[in-house]
Amino acid sequence: MSTSDTQHRGGDAALINASIARLRDGLVAGEYTSADLAAAFAQRIETIDPSLNSLVSRVEPVEPASSTGRLVGIPYVHKDIFCAKGTRTTCGSRMLADWVAPYDSTVHERLSRSGAVLLGKSNMDEFAMGSSNENSYFGAVANPWDVSAVPGGSSGGSAAAVGARLVPFATGTDTGGSIRQPAAFCGVTGIKPTYGRVSRYGMIAYASSFDQGGVIAKSAEDCALVLGEMAGFDERDSTSADRPVPDYVAGLDESIRGLRVGIPKQWFSDALDPAVGDAVSAAIDELRAAGAETVEVDLPDADIALAAYYLLAPAEASSNLSRFDGVRFGYRCEDPKDLQDLYERTRSEGFGSEVKRRILVGTYALSAGYYDAFYRRAQKARRLVTDHFQRAFEQCDVIAGPVTPTPAFDRGAHSADPAKMYLEDIFTIPVNLAGLPGMSVPAGFVEGRPVGLQLIGRHFDEARLVNVAHQYQQRVDWHERMPSLAADSANDNREG
Amino acid sequence: MSQFAIPSGWEVVIGLEIHAQLATRSKIFSGASTAFGAEPNAQACAVDLGLPGVLPVLNEGAVRMASLFGLAIDAEISRVSSFDRKNYFYPDLPKGYQTTQLARPIVVGGSVTVTTGEGKKAGEHTIRVTRAHLEEDAGKSLHEDFHGMTGIDLNRAGTPLIEIVSEPDMRNPEQAVAYARKVHAIVQYLGICDGNMQEGSFRVDANVSVRPEGDEKLGTRTEVKNVNSFRFLQRAIEFEIERQIDLLETGGEVVQATRLYDPDRDETRLMRTKEEADDYRYFPCPDLLPVVVDDETIESWRAELPELPDAKAERYQSEYGLSAYDAGVLTSSRATAEYFEAVVAREGADAKLAANWVMGEVAALLNRLECEIGACPVPADKLADLLERIADGTLSNKLGREVFEALAEQGGSVDEIIEARGLKQISDTGAIEAMVDEVIAANPGQVEAYRGGKDKLFGFFVGQVMKAAKGKANPQAVNDVLKRRLAGD
Repeated sequence: MSTSDTQHRGGDAALINASIARLRDGLVAGEYTSADLAAAFAQRIETIDPSLNSLVSRVEPVEPASSTGRLVGIPYVHKDIFCAKGTRTTCGSRMLADWVAPYDSTVHERLSRSGAVLLGKSNMDEFAMGSSNENSYFGAVANPWDVSAVPGGSSGGSAAAVGARLVPFATGTDTGGSIRQPAAFCGVTGIKPTYGRVSRYGMIAYASSFDQGGVIAKSAEDCALVLGEMAGFDERDSTSADRPVPDYVAGLDESIRGLRVGIPKQWFSDALDPAVGDAVSAAIDELRAAGAETVEVDLPDADIALAAYYLLAPAEASSNLSRFDGVRFGYRCEDPKDLQDLYERTRSEGFGSEVKRRILVGTYALSAGYYDAFYRRAQKARRLVTDHFQRAFEQCDVIAGPVTPTPAFDRGAHSADPAKMYLEDIFTIPVNLAGLPGMSVPAGFVEGRPVGLQLIGRHFDEARLVNVAHQYQQRVDWHERMPSLAADSANDNREG
Repeated sequence: MSQFAIPSGWEVVIGLEIHAQLATRSKIFSGASTAFGAEPNAQACAVDLGLPGVLPVLNEGAVRMASLFGLAIDAEISRVSSFDRKNYFYPDLPKGYQTTQLARPIVVGGSVTVTTGEGKKAGEHTIRVTRAHLEEDAGKSLHEDFHGMTGIDLNRAGTPLIEIVSEPDMRNPEQAVAYARKVHAIVQYLGICDGNMQEGSFRVDANVSVRPEGDEKLGTRTEVKNVNSFRFLQRAIEFEIERQIDLLETGGEVVQATRLYDPDRDETRLMRTKEEADDYRYFPCPDLLPVVVDDETIESWRAELPELPDAKAERYQSEYGLSAYDAGVLTSSRATAEYFEAVVAREGADAKLAANWVMGEVAALLNRLECEIGACPVPADKLADLLERIADGTLSNKLGREVFEALAEQGGSVDEIIEARGLKQISDTGAIEAMVDEVIAANPGQVEAYRGGKDKLFGFFVGQVMKAAKGKANPQAVNDVLKRRLAGD
């Protein structure tokens, strides 16, 4: 079969693995229409997703709302935490299993305006609480590189979908690592921007002072393109930053010669799987080879950060999730006998165990008599972590290190021990405490499972992060690699 | 009036928490309208409903209004204030928390001066205000009409409030009512609250405790809610004082609790004790930035302040020569002061006469009709017309009252009523002289006695002349002519 034939049907690996810019070129050149593109990816979802469970809803593609936007005709999926009017928006919970959003999130509005085509809503840990995507009411998600492994969480569906090339990009949210960790586990590139860079309006809240929307895509280049469309001030979100959005794509090709890369020495300790450490070190060597200088920096408090996060985030969550009471929307228990019964059974039946655990922890941390010991001290720890980052950035321009201590673990491995699961976030959480931008960039494999390099920037220095990541990706091809999926080969056979 | 008196040997301590709905057009954190009386839930948008994913955006108008109140009572306006969440479950609280200001309120300190009693018993008291903070109102639970179920109306949810918390500076129900009335007047003068107590725009909760006179330690307090008029406030506090003293005098003790006032039975009822109260788990609201107000903005707000009740009352005394009491009554509400000022704005108006009429006839009419002065059937310009006719001698005070009643009942113009009813006063000196001469001629004995020193008979002659004039003669002119004629001129 000739290349042009397969391109017309949108089925070949080259097209599926193409950059967004390449897909746009093909659309502009008339090689295929946006409908062709949507159909090709939809077909791929149809074939492959049953083995992954990365999506909880399919959305019938509509004609792009724009003809001039930078994402016209590019298919994508939303993490099912983003409201898109008329779509079921579940947040991975029984509580919202049948809830259809009556309004658009700002992120959805902006992506629609730039012409992107929504194909579905991706699976996630319930209310974005989890690091393995095993906490979804809609079932666990498989890692496309190894279906016995978790895809990470909570944006596990988005990362798995992009990893399996079911869509060119997906939205995600990152409260304690929920974009970077699954991106690392699924061999894709993810960016969590500075807190306030992307509007939270219409993004269902988990922990409001940490939650930040971002992008999961194949490459830094694609992340830069999509982030530029999503980011910017929104008057409907008081915590969004009123400052201009630079053209993230424009600076991608800049040299990183002379760039000072900070290496947090405490992160390369016994807690880090040596094989992961080797992969990350090799990636840092590439940065050096590209002209960057490395400097050791001091980030001594990852463990304090972890403890602070697991008090503050549940505290906010306990309040944010109070609205799910069975009164106005969402799940309501059968035949409540009185108000108390309505509350108790609705929330007992509607929430999963991890959500309940965090609501309990958060409620406890805010209770009279415990507030000072827990919440207030955790806030102090948060300031300490922020200060340490600030000091580190006096010595360097970006910080590089591991995303996670290990590669993707087996499904069920941590189900019995939530504290162990929480340790998965030890390198990502400090970044959320400080509200800094962070990226996960594919940096190799350990026993067939992907490993990520984490890049952390100064506040609102996303342009530099994608520049560094792009320069790295000019030298390596980890991000170009596709998992070989059983369904894929079946598909290839049919095509052939 | 009430027969209440605090039993001797006891001291009463009262503090008030006043919730005033701010008169912004839209809600404190959303763009939905705040107008009262719409169909249930017609004015509740996604933010008010607390739908998943929505976020609050602070209405700056609410910050301005709260600050105006602070400036009006000489309080500190916080350069940085912030919002907290007060967490509790209730069906008309859509998010499961109320957004309020606990740690850093917008208004700190300030005071309100009130006068109670009249004449010799009049006393001035300064009530300190602890703080006033911004917060959102909840919706309403409707328990009727739903066959054992409860309806929820979220139109009110998100309406901006200021909660004005006083120090426990009041020592009797009169002071508490005077303070509440003064705050009520101030928010209306400022135009930041419509003050409608029936619709719940202005709500007063009273913290009441009693202690043996001379004790330093405060007694256990109760909080009385659901008081929707000043009269009920007075009664609720009186009831609570009596209840607490009765308890203590019979060996019982007061339980810290929230109590509801029931106006039908004129009593307070237990709502919940302190032990049953929720732990509200306050923490800083992560969705809202701190509210920062700079000096320049505060000064621009200060420049907006209208003349407030105390300043106005002083001006009425110095400019119009009114008594402190009259000035106080006339400035007790913005609407009354506006009415009075509209009457005296008439060229040549007699302010004292106007004051007497507004406090007398007008007040009595409003009382009778149970209506507000803003809806008075005799508008200020009509009263000004009427007072003009009294001042120029066309009408006596008595005839003036008749015209006033006619205006109240059927409207129309003052001059038309005078004309139609033939109420015109006889001021023509010739006509009066003729009547006086007739009376003198008809009563030679009395004239003799008067001229012999029985001054008291003067009233008799006035009465005779008035009788002849069918009450329409100008009394001043009658006096003048009588005196002259009786003196033998």
